[in-house]
Amino acid sequence: MASPETGARTQAARIDAELAGLDALEIELRPRRSLAARVWSQVWPKVLAVGIFIGFWQVVVWSGWKPEFLLPGPAKVFSTLFDNFGDLIGAAGTTLGRAAQGFGLAIVIGSILGALVARVRVLRAAFGSLITGLQTMPSIAWFPLAILLFKLTNGAILFVVVLGAAPSIANGLISGIDTIPPLWLRAGRVLGARGVTAFRHVILPAALPAFVAGLKQGWAFAWRSLLAGELLVLIPGKTSLGEQLDNARQTFQPPLLIAVMIVILVIGVLVDELLFGTVERAIRRRYGLIDEAATA
Amino acid sequence: MTVAARAMISDVGAPVEPSGAGGTGPAATGRGRVRIAEVSKVYGDAANPVRALDRLTLDAEPGGFVCVVGASGCGKSTLLNLVAGLDRPSAGVVDVEGRATLMFQEPALFPWLTAARNVELPLRLDGLARTERRARVDELLAMVHLHEFALKRPHELSGGMRQRVALARALGQRADVLLMDEPFGALDAMTRDVLHDEVERIWRDAGLTVLFVTHNVREAVRLGDRVVLLSSRPGRVIAEFPVEIERPRRIDSPAVATLAATITDQLRAEVTRHGES
Repeated sequence: MASPETGARTQAARIDAELAGLDALEIELRPRRSLAARVWSQVWPKVLAVGIFIGFWQVVVWSGWKPEFLLPGPAKVFSTLFDNFGDLIGAAGTTLGRAAQGFGLAIVIGSILGALVARVRVLRAAFGSLITGLQTMPSIAWFPLAILLFKLTNGAILFVVVLGAAPSIANGLISGIDTIPPLWLRAGRVLGARGVTAFRHVILPAALPAFVAGLKQGWAFAWRSLLAGELLVLIPGKTSLGEQLDNARQTFQPPLLIAVMIVILVIGVLVDELLFGTVERAIRRRYGLIDEAATA
Repeated sequence: MTVAARAMISDVGAPVEPSGAGGTGPAATGRGRVRIAEVSKVYGDAANPVRALDRLTLDAEPGGFVCVVGASGCGKSTLLNLVAGLDRPSAGVVDVEGRATLMFQEPALFPWLTAARNVELPLRLDGLARTERRARVDELLAMVHLHEFALKRPHELSGGMRQRVALARALGQRADVLLMDEPFGALDAMTRDVLHDEVERIWRDAGLTVLFVTHNVREAVRLGDRVVLLSSRPGRVIAEFPVEIERPRRIDSPAVATLAATITDQLRAEVTRHGES
């Protein structure tokens, strides 16, 4: 003898209970491993790889393939590195400052360029393939022109760094926007996102993973162009990693030369892995692009 | 707890009114009425026209639940796009009184936002203040029984849960007309049955007009006041069936099965016609 109203209420309660049951069954219970365990699982293979590399290097030195004054062993190189640590840090500071400047500028230019080319059909037709073409241009080939235009100054180096990195950044954004599922764009329109709001709330976040991949690639190009620039464009009174490298060769100090190379490699890897790698993984996890079961 | 949550949300959408009753309900104001008159939609160019819809006429009364069924190529999705205002008809008139929102076959949630943020987005685009938005999001998530999962991201939810988030997001727009494009097509039968109950309850409580497109005839009979059968290539209305089975209905009840069989026979005849030419 339930009234229609209590009938409706019990029915609503039943639906809720059923939904709660289905949800409980469908949500996966996978405990996330502790931070320490995750960091360790990332670190030990890399430590092992470095160990193998140093071991290989030592074996080559022992084999007597080149005399030791030309190709010093790891022990000699690392002790030189520690002896000159202060100088190297100072030099790295100059180089990293230039990197930040050039890469920052490349991000601004690359993003604006990418957004315009991706959204404006005429610009796409005009500049789309040119941007990809620029990526294949070896940055060292820009230097003669850069030196003509900017003389032997910081400007010449920055010019080439920006030209090296901006196309990758623009391309990352373009491919990110191109690969947005059309369904998301339609959903955005249904929800009331148009024009600038669509760009801000749908297009940019949707393109973010590819954009970060472009930033990562852009960084690699920027770092390479920068070191090439520092070797070619020697600015008096400024000690940089490139200048140290050139100096070590000219004054014949192979241990220092290799020590500088190690610093260059380590900085490049650290920025790539710790900065961009971490950001990229965090985004991929957020977006559900990582199969947690496979990586756990 | 759920009953309390339900009492709180009574102001979501339009006031509760039995359909057809007078007063301030949707039936009285006319909000939620959909009129589709002699609508045609042609894609492609003049040399190679593809006729998706052909002089289709279909009305939905405020607070009504109209299910549209048809085989592939009947222009179901085209029809919903036209009503949602995502596309324009080549000829004819589409008239929606009030606001329409569209739910897709896929949840179409944004993966960079949590469930709560997904629901919040249209409110934000509408210019609602933050505190008001947050309160509405809580209500909406409680309505689809997902308040505990507010901070989960779409990939952490099951297919049925995602579709409920999408439903909450659509309802948040205070739309008068809810358009649904095979929203449960990709779900397992058990989840789908429960969601049928859920959609029916929300439809009744919120006084919405629902235009529900599906290729599943039983689903159409389970949910609709009326089932409209479309032909394929081009789509036009070939039959309408009022569903006079008392609610709550079950998808496996004999009455639903009998009417579904009648409609399926006609649908098959329509499909067969295309194989003969």
